[in-house]
Parts: sequence; C-alpha cells; structure tokens
Amino acid sequence: MQKIGFSVDSLVGSGVKKNWKAIYESLLEIRFTEEMIAENYKDQQMRTAIHLGTGQEGIATSVCANLQVGDSVFSHHRSHNHFLASGGSVFRLIAELYGSQEGCSKGRGGSVHLSHNQDIFFVSTAILGESVSLAVGRALAYKMEKRNNIAVAFFGDAAWEEGVIYESLNFAAIHSLPVLFVCENNMYSTESTFSSRKAPNSEFTDRARSFGVEAIKGDGNNVRDVFNLVAESLVKMRENPFPILIELDTYRWREHVGPNFDHDVGRTFRSKSELEQWQKKDPVKILRDILIGENYFSDFEIKEIERKVLEDVSEQFLRAKHSLKPEVTSLFENAGEV
Amino acid sequence: MRTLSYAQAISEALVIGMRENSKVFITGIGVDYPVGVFGTTKEAFDEFGRSRVFDSPSMENALTGICIGAASMEMRPVLVHHRNDFMFLAFDQMLNLAAKWRYMYGGNAGQVPIVVRGVIGRGWGQGATHSQSLQAPIAHFPGIAVVMPAMPADAKGLILSALKSKSPVVILEHRSLFDITGDVPEGYYETLIGKANVLRLGTDISVVCTSYMVIEAMRAAEFLSRFGISVEVVDIRSIRPIDESTIIKSVMKTGRLIVADTSWVQYGVASEVSALVAEKAFSFLKAPVERIGLPNSPAPSTKVLEEVFYPSANSLQKSITRVLGIPDITTALAPEIDNFKGPY
Repeated sequence: MQKIGFSVDSLVGSGVKKNWKAIYESLLEIRFTEEMIAENYKDQQMRTAIHLGTGQEGIATSVCANLQVGDSVFSHHRSHNHFLASGGSVFRLIAELYGSQEGCSKGRGGSVHLSHNQDIFFVSTAILGESVSLAVGRALAYKMEKRNNIAVAFFGDAAWEEGVIYESLNFAAIHSLPVLFVCENNMYSTESTFSSRKAPNSEFTDRARSFGVEAIKGDGNNVRDVFNLVAESLVKMRENPFPILIELDTYRWREHVGPNFDHDVGRTFRSKSELEQWQKKDPVKILRDILIGENYFSDFEIKEIERKVLEDVSEQFLRAKHSLKPEVTSLFENAGEV
Repeated sequence: MRTLSYAQAISEALVIGMRENSKVFITGIGVDYPVGVFGTTKEAFDEFGRSRVFDSPSMENALTGICIGAASMEMRPVLVHHRNDFMFLAFDQMLNLAAKWRYMYGGNAGQVPIVVRGVIGRGWGQGATHSQSLQAPIAHFPGIAVVMPAMPADAKGLILSALKSKSPVVILEHRSLFDITGDVPEGYYETLIGKANVLRLGTDISVVCTSYMVIEAMRAAEFLSRFGISVEVVDIRSIRPIDESTIIKSVMKTGRLIVADTSWVQYGVASEVSALVAEKAFSFLKAPVERIGLPNSPAPSTKVLEEVFYPSANSLQKSITRVLGIPDITTALAPEIDNFKGPY
C-alpha cells in the first residue's frame, strides 16, 4: 500500500506525517462519528447542544493533515470535525458528549468547548469569532518565541458579522503573524441567508485583502485540492510568517443544532433538493473516487479501510458511552481563582 | 524604607516582573508613549523596548483574545486600559473565555493567566463613561481574580503576584491614587491575592473599603480619633477572592460595619460585604450596616453635581457617627487634597 503519496511532497518536506490513507481515514472517522452521534442523540443521554459537521469534513481533514507538532487549531461551535482532524480521539469526544469524566474536557465543556493537547494544541469556543483572536494570540506567541509554527483559526461565514474578526485580521496583518484563517462558508447562519447578512457585492476575500491579508477562495469539497492549497500556503508562512485567509465553500448537511435534517423538521430555507445537490459534492465520495480512479487504492483496499475505520469508531463510541461520570464532589475542580 | 508613588510602584513591579520572566509583555493603547500610561510603563519600555512593550490598535475585544491565546502558550501578557470603562468591549473574552478556561476545558487546555490593568477615573469632569469602577460586574464571575490596591506597596506586590497567578487577574487602579506615596519594599515580593489588610486598628467600628475609599476612610478615621472615636480600617485589596475571615474578625471585634466602595451601592461590593456579615456575623452586630458608594445616577460631568455624587471622608464621617448613634461632628473635614489636574 505504499503506492500512495502526496502530490505536494516536495513542497511540504518531512513535516507531514499523514499519507492519503491517513487522510481518508481521518475523513471517514469524522463522517462515521458524526453520523453515529446523530443516531444516538435521540436517546437523551448526550445532553449537550451538538452542531454536527457532516458534509463539512473535507476542510478540517485537508487543513489539519498539513499541520506539524506544535501547531495549534482553534475552532468554533461546529467543532467535532476539527477536534478529530487535529488529533483528538473519538473516545474523548464522545465521552465529553456523554458528560463523562473521561471526556476531553472532563464533562465540563460539552460539545462546543472541546480541547486536546496532543501534538497539536486545540480548543473550540462557542461565541462567534472569539477563537479567531485566540489563534492570532497564539501566532503572536509563536513569533515572539521564534517558532515556525502555524495557528489555524476555523470560523464560519457568520463570524464575518462579528467585529472581533476585523480586529484580528488587522492585528495579524500589522504584526505579520503566522495565522491561517480558514473560513468555512456554508452560506447559512443558523437559518439566515446572506440576504439579511451581507450586501451581494461584498466579498469576504476582499474584506481580508483590505487589511493587507492575502486571501484565496476555493471549493471545500475536494480534499486533494484543499490539501494542496493549504500545503502551498503553509510552506510560505513557515518560511516567513504572515497571515493568509482561505475561504472554502461547503455545506452542512444536518440542521444547525441537533441531529436532524432541516427538511425533516419542517424548516423551509434549506430545501431537500438543495441538500441533495450538495450531497453530489460529498467530500468523502469525491476523495474516494480520486483514490480509486487514480489507482491509489483498489476497490477492495478502500472497503477494507472503511470497514476498519467504522469498526474503530464503533468500538470507541461504545466505550465512551459507558465511561465514568464525574464525582459530584468534583464540582469545583479548576473553578477557583489561584 | 524608601518612599515611592503609586505610579512608581506599579512601574517598578512591571520592570521587576519582566526581568524575572522573559515571557511577560505589555500591550494596550499607548503603552509605549513617552508618558507611558501615567508613568507606569515608561521604565519597562525604556528597558525592554518595543518587542515587549508595544502599542496596539483600538481593539479591546480581539486584543484580549490575543492575550488569552498568547497566555495559552505560557506567555504572560499585561493588557492595559487607560480607563477600565473600555473593558466593556473585552467582557466577552474576559468573562466567557479567560475566567472559564481552566474549568470548561477540564484543566486540559492549561491556563490563561492574563493580567488586565484598568484605571478608574473620578471627578474632574470625566463623566459617565470615564469614571466607572468595574469591580462588581467582573468579580461576579468565578475564575477571574479582581484586585484593587490602594497603597503603593500593594500595587507593586499584587502586580508581581498576578504575574505568577494561574488565573486571569484584573487590577483596578484608581487614577486619584497615582500620586500618593508610601513605603515600598525594594526588590521582588508578592502580596497575596485574596488577603485583606487591616490598615488601622480600632475598636468602635469597622470601615471595610476599596481602593480610593481607603484613603478617604483613613482621613476620616484620623480625624475622628481626635474625638475619641476608634475606627478600624480594613482595606479589602482583593475583591475576588475575598478575604472573608479578616472582615468577619474585624466586625466581631467592633460590632459595627460601614462598607465604602468606589462604585454603586446596589449589587456592588458594598452589598456583597454587607450580605457576608449578615450571614456570618449577624449576632455580633450592634447597629445596622451602612453602605457608602455612588448614588443611583451615572457620573455627572459638571463640578457642581460631582460634589454631591462622590462619597468622601466627610460622608464617611457622617456615616460613622450615625452608626455609632452619636451626634454628628459639625466640624467639617478639610476638603480632600486632590492633585489631579486633568484632562484624564
């Protein structure tokens, strides 16, 4: 199975640890996990507001596959994708959703306050735009400490409505900080369309450029294309720190918060036919077709990968479902001022 | 011991803190100006330069987030606001993130011990949005410490303590204190966050007070001592965590309590301390508690109205005699000595 490789190997050098198998596995891990959450959510045992990322996995996977030890990732309310793609485990995520002591935030955070600190430092925050400034701060520390790491800020299109974004872009540009701003443009803020949120002739990339931040727009559904785009950007950014914005089109398949499809629960803005159009651009399917069509893997090998990932996710999910709950005496753990 | 002004003590603390730890940096609007935030950041800038003492755009919200992000990587940011009123723009970051960080990530994302300095204005026409005192709204939230040094030695010790804290710490510095002088130990020392200080021992009544009201309370106590009234002055110093035992102990001794704060009485520190005493030392009280603070209006700008708006040693003196149930001492205290000549 060594016939695979990155099309950009020469660009990214030895920092990249993952290969296409790992990238496909990461993509599948997210998809299977999110769908398993949706399936189990109705049991009322995951008592935390979930914002599922099904359909948007391609961006998290392709960006995070480019990261190196010491980099950091900051995410938002729709955070499961980034948590998993950046190295967080299915077990720790699901345990968190079940309110377990073994959860990634010991059951204190819930779906929107995830954290891990493996090779990459990761946190997600719930208030729009907050975490973008955190990424800029992390990048400021990288620059002050003369480390060639990158801070990634994932945010949705609605974050552009928050002032903190503009303050952050401005500061990152002034100090030339190594921040990769990744806008996941799924076109909806909860259910609000751009008609109430943005003038038609106002482009996010133009806004970034007006602050002196380089900006690129792309399709978030093709993992290989996004991977290459990010790889090229990061090579330049690590050499000589500066910020870049990448805006990627994507679509969340399920409702804003909760396990359902909008059309199943009587919401009208996002129709079933719109969903079906986007499902034709399923990032998992697109990558799968590339990997088989360009002979990276045989059909059998792909199915083996899929079977193993599903088995692994199921095993971790089940284990997390039965993980330990916190002792009630631990209410004040980490609560005080010290 | 040598004497320093409050501003010099802050400046010295920052310089010592930055020598101690190369990860300490200072930012905020104008921290690298020649005047250096009323003289408090100039020495740090002169010694460490712009790489560690740097100006920022007017962006209180994101800048606080940036400091939190940097602190998550073990940097020690000191963020300065010329007036604490500007912190309202940073409340999301301070209260939704910094205060909750250790807790809501289960301790798995480390700590973000940012130090936020904010200056409180008073009088001289500073008006409704440049003379508020934000200790109560901030200290309402668990996970973020709030300190209000009144004495130069505490200003230094609390800053050095804040730079070693695991929690974010907000330091509220009263503009009217910047020129006061006091004994300040040399070298490195820390003043424990969460510990009040009995500045003056007394037996008749406890005046528990914050920040600039400590100065007014000391003046009132000194004045009343001439009439045989013994006032104990407790400088709270730390709003959160609050030193319950020192306050309770003082009230158990004197049996009477006045709480004097730089902010509004309702829902404020004065109310919190009164409630504390009502809950834990009720049986020791010989008289009702009085709360001294701002009346229920925004701060006016005109001098005529300012004079009735701000509490002073005179209002404390009247309150003390009232609580003691003795006739008002008609001799008025000399007006406060306020060297502040504006504009901010």
